[in-house]
Amino acid sequence: MATALLSRRTLLASGGALVATGLSGLLSPAIAKGLAPTGSMRGGDNNYIPDAPIVDRIGGGGFWMSGTVRRAGDGALLAGQRIQIWAHTTEGQERDPHSHGATLTDANGVFRLEMPQIVPAFGQPHGHLAYDSGDFRSVFLRPVMPSSKDNRLEAHFVLQPV
Amino acid sequence: MSRVRFCLIWAVLAIIVFVPIAAAVRSPLLAWRDPVYIAGGLAGVIAMTLLFLQPLLVAGYLPGLSRRRGRRVHRWIGGGLVVAVVIHIVALWFTSPPDVMDALLFASPTPFSAWGVIAMWAVFAAAILAAFRRRLRLQLRTWRRFHTAFTAVVVVASVVHAMLIEGTMETMSKAALCLLVISATVKTLTDLRVWAKQKA
Repeated sequence: MATALLSRRTLLASGGALVATGLSGLLSPAIAKGLAPTGSMRGGDNNYIPDAPIVDRIGGGGFWMSGTVRRAGDGALLAGQRIQIWAHTTEGQERDPHSHGATLTDANGVFRLEMPQIVPAFGQPHGHLAYDSGDFRSVFLRPVMPSSKDNRLEAHFVLQPV
Repeated sequence: MSRVRFCLIWAVLAIIVFVPIAAAVRSPLLAWRDPVYIAGGLAGVIAMTLLFLQPLLVAGYLPGLSRRRGRRVHRWIGGGLVVAVVIHIVALWFTSPPDVMDALLFASPTPFSAWGVIAMWAVFAAAILAAFRRRLRLQLRTWRRFHTAFTAVVVVASVVHAMLIEGTMETMSKAALCLLVISATVKTLTDLRVWAKQKA
């Protein structure tokens, strides 16, 4: 009896799943016209100070913030894009101007900036990154480190032309 | 009650209150925080320890304090709890205004912020109910149920809030304190039979 009930349930579940996948399979080509743009994260622009200077390194370094910048749609890697970075680190709180810095993406659309170790603040070890230069829509990210002992963090941008 | 037992209970109580605060004061994170931020975090830790004392006081479990005197102290500690919560929020606001605004508007990326704000409103509600108890002219049993309901929200939301945070509280002492807060609350609510039809 129990077996019969279970198999009927399984049939319904798998049937439902099949319909769902079939439908999404039909719908997805219409939605995905290439790479979707990255949306700003909640709290991403908290304590943002516009126009952070381009620096070789923020403070004494020891921690690496890195990522890529692509164009929405075709996914082309974008060179020379300015990414601003700030966080609560061993050398300052988020609101301190010296906790802020910026860097440019290289020819491969990759950015990498050395900064002081990020430490947990407001309950989570997290960093802030911004694209806010005008050619594309502004994006503010707030990635969280999987562990506060990590000495690197990545964030990736897919930008939408204005 | 023997003198030994009297001293033992108060000693254990002092340890329960002291250990989480001492552990938080020794947190390595403090080296990278300014005094205002440190005070804000500490006010939260102290509020959590006060939360543990409240049910014990109101039930008259503590030796040397009758239920009547215990309740008087309960009111004072309740006032202290409100002050601690206010300091916690104001100090965090000075440290990072947008993060606190996000929390208060329930727009924060961190779920523990919402639990903290829920606990804050429930603390205020329980305290307002206590402050205006006579003027509200509620039946004592009805008043007690409302006050208890808000307190239950405070306890649950505060525990979730604290446990989800990676902050200055040391993990083991934090978990132990949270467990004790819940145990003390459940024990008191059971013994006082707040929801019973007839007064115990």
